[in-house]
Amino acid sequence: MELQTLTYLVVGASFALYIGIAIWSRAGSTRDFYVAGGGVHPIANGMATAADWMSAASFISMAGMIAFMGYGGSVFLMGWTGGFVILALLLAPYLRKYGKFTVPEFIGDRFYSRTARVVAVICLIICSVTYVIGQMKGIGVAFSRFLEVDYGTGLLVGMCIVFFYAVLGGMKGITYTQIAQYCVLIMAYTIPAIFISLQLTANPIPQLGLGGTLAGTDTYLLEKLDLIVQDLGFHEYTTDFRLSGLNMFAYTASLMIGTAGLPHVIIRFFTVPKVRDARSSAGWALLFIAILYTTAPAVAGMARLNLMQTIEPVPGEYLVYEERPQWFRNWEKTGLLAFADKNGDGRVQYSADPDVNEMVTVDNDIIVLANPEIAQLPNWVIALVAAGGLAAALSTAAGLLLAIASAISHDLLKGMIAPGISERAELRASRLAMAAAILGAGYLGFNPPGFAAGTVALAFGLAASSIFPALMMGIFSSRVSKEGAVAGMVAGIGVTLFYVFQHMGIMFIPSTAFLGGMPPNWFLGIEPNAFGAVGALVNFAVALAVSRFTAAPPASVRELVEHIRVPAGASAARDH
Amino acid sequence: MPQLSAEQARAYWRRNLALMAKLLVIWFTVSFGCGILFVEQLNQIQLGGYKLGFWFAQQGSIYVFVLLIFYYSRRMAALDREFGVDEE
Repeated sequence: MELQTLTYLVVGASFALYIGIAIWSRAGSTRDFYVAGGGVHPIANGMATAADWMSAASFISMAGMIAFMGYGGSVFLMGWTGGFVILALLLAPYLRKYGKFTVPEFIGDRFYSRTARVVAVICLIICSVTYVIGQMKGIGVAFSRFLEVDYGTGLLVGMCIVFFYAVLGGMKGITYTQIAQYCVLIMAYTIPAIFISLQLTANPIPQLGLGGTLAGTDTYLLEKLDLIVQDLGFHEYTTDFRLSGLNMFAYTASLMIGTAGLPHVIIRFFTVPKVRDARSSAGWALLFIAILYTTAPAVAGMARLNLMQTIEPVPGEYLVYEERPQWFRNWEKTGLLAFADKNGDGRVQYSADPDVNEMVTVDNDIIVLANPEIAQLPNWVIALVAAGGLAAALSTAAGLLLAIASAISHDLLKGMIAPGISERAELRASRLAMAAAILGAGYLGFNPPGFAAGTVALAFGLAASSIFPALMMGIFSSRVSKEGAVAGMVAGIGVTLFYVFQHMGIMFIPSTAFLGGMPPNWFLGIEPNAFGAVGALVNFAVALAVSRFTAAPPASVRELVEHIRVPAGASAARDH
Repeated sequence: MPQLSAEQARAYWRRNLALMAKLLVIWFTVSFGCGILFVEQLNQIQLGGYKLGFWFAQQGSIYVFVLLIFYYSRRMAALDREFGVDEE
């Protein structure tokens, strides 16, 4: 069948499935809307969390970044998985025990302060909005390449789908569609990887294939890859540090702490019945995530090898431009791949030297999307990858939008402006807030700052520097006071934003970058995306110092802290 | 609902913290330790086609993370039962 028709069929079928689930799982109460009724099985919640959390950046961009960064790309692999260990050990069970609907609600109660709650809402909105922009861009890119509609139309279709099931079903609709989306995206990711691993190494398990020998030879795949990239003047694939060890350390820490502090991930653990389920559910989530995350480095290494061998089939003999394969032509049309014949010989030279290199643009994002074409896999696999990319972007966008909408309707409206509001009115308000959030995100999707993964990594830094430290100190210390928590959050997110803005421009407008993006100006050589770890340290330090000089929290707060540390008597997630 | 005495509650929390500390040391060692700080030394060792440090950074640390969470979840369930604070 024609690829185009097949893609429409597969993507259309997956959308029909999501909408069907949405109609079946309509939210009837605020409890349904915010925490899916609180009765989601831990394995089901783990799967939904995996889809919620694996975004367009994980699915589309990550393998591409690893492919071009080699060992340096490990920061994403360790950072985006290691965070679940901190989440499972330090936050999830206690927040579940507390049993409220939103993250700012816990911060407001624990720090006995409306100001703390408002600051938490603002931090939550800043990181969620930064994150959702990346998803919107992912949706636009996937649509425009696979359905050959323009970026704007693709974005609009995606917004309509999310609108339908998120506004109708809230957390309940989102949870069940996310389970379906996980199945779609994991198949879409692993099937091409298995095929490619078989082709290259004759081993069907990509995780083993990457460490295995090339089919029919005694040469290890990674050894060959190291050799090829070095011949072209690039750094050895398996030892290529990203800037410095310290920078990699900070980047990994930022992503880990950020993962544990992202509100849309945390609220997923409010949906399980018990404290014990919150612990095991984090394990299931990470297991489901690990399937993709351990496959990604294999996809990256193998795709890089395939790409190099397409361009330089025999050492010293480059691909003749006029004989380039069909996928090369397809991606040239999108502008994500570009060739300039600098020496006029009609061949494609690829080199680390910018004066010689003729592959002037090779966008990270094409590695996963073009991978099946480069490996000449059947059309249905390519169609599946399109559906998978969309599933990843849609599921994360929906989770983020719910976190934003519940912060607005539950924390701002019900918590402060109109405490006497009825349940029905609050449900209506949360639907309206959701609709507004989708429109806002859509607008930012049309004018995105930077590329998808860049903004996503930044969101993690912001969450790491603001929300995580406040939650952790709230649970592990009964001494941290409201003044301490507020000062800590403001200082943490402030320092991080300031650092990012001074190097990347205020609100990402490059001309306003007063210190420039140049590495020589970076503090200890730490890049802006990795600065969240420093911001988190600042947050902890400021909060602890300020708490020392302010009055201790009241006795009721100490009781609250005692209460959340022990599981028994956890009631279902409840309202005030 | 079972009520722990203040002393029991402290003991429960201390046991929880000790388990947590142990697991976080492992968490730190496999990722920041083997994957970043000591990656060059470990890369001298081969694991099939993988350099060992590279393997920890891109594969091994992730497998260990999964095991850590399930282990914590099991041990805490046992601790909850021991102190009679499990939710049954």
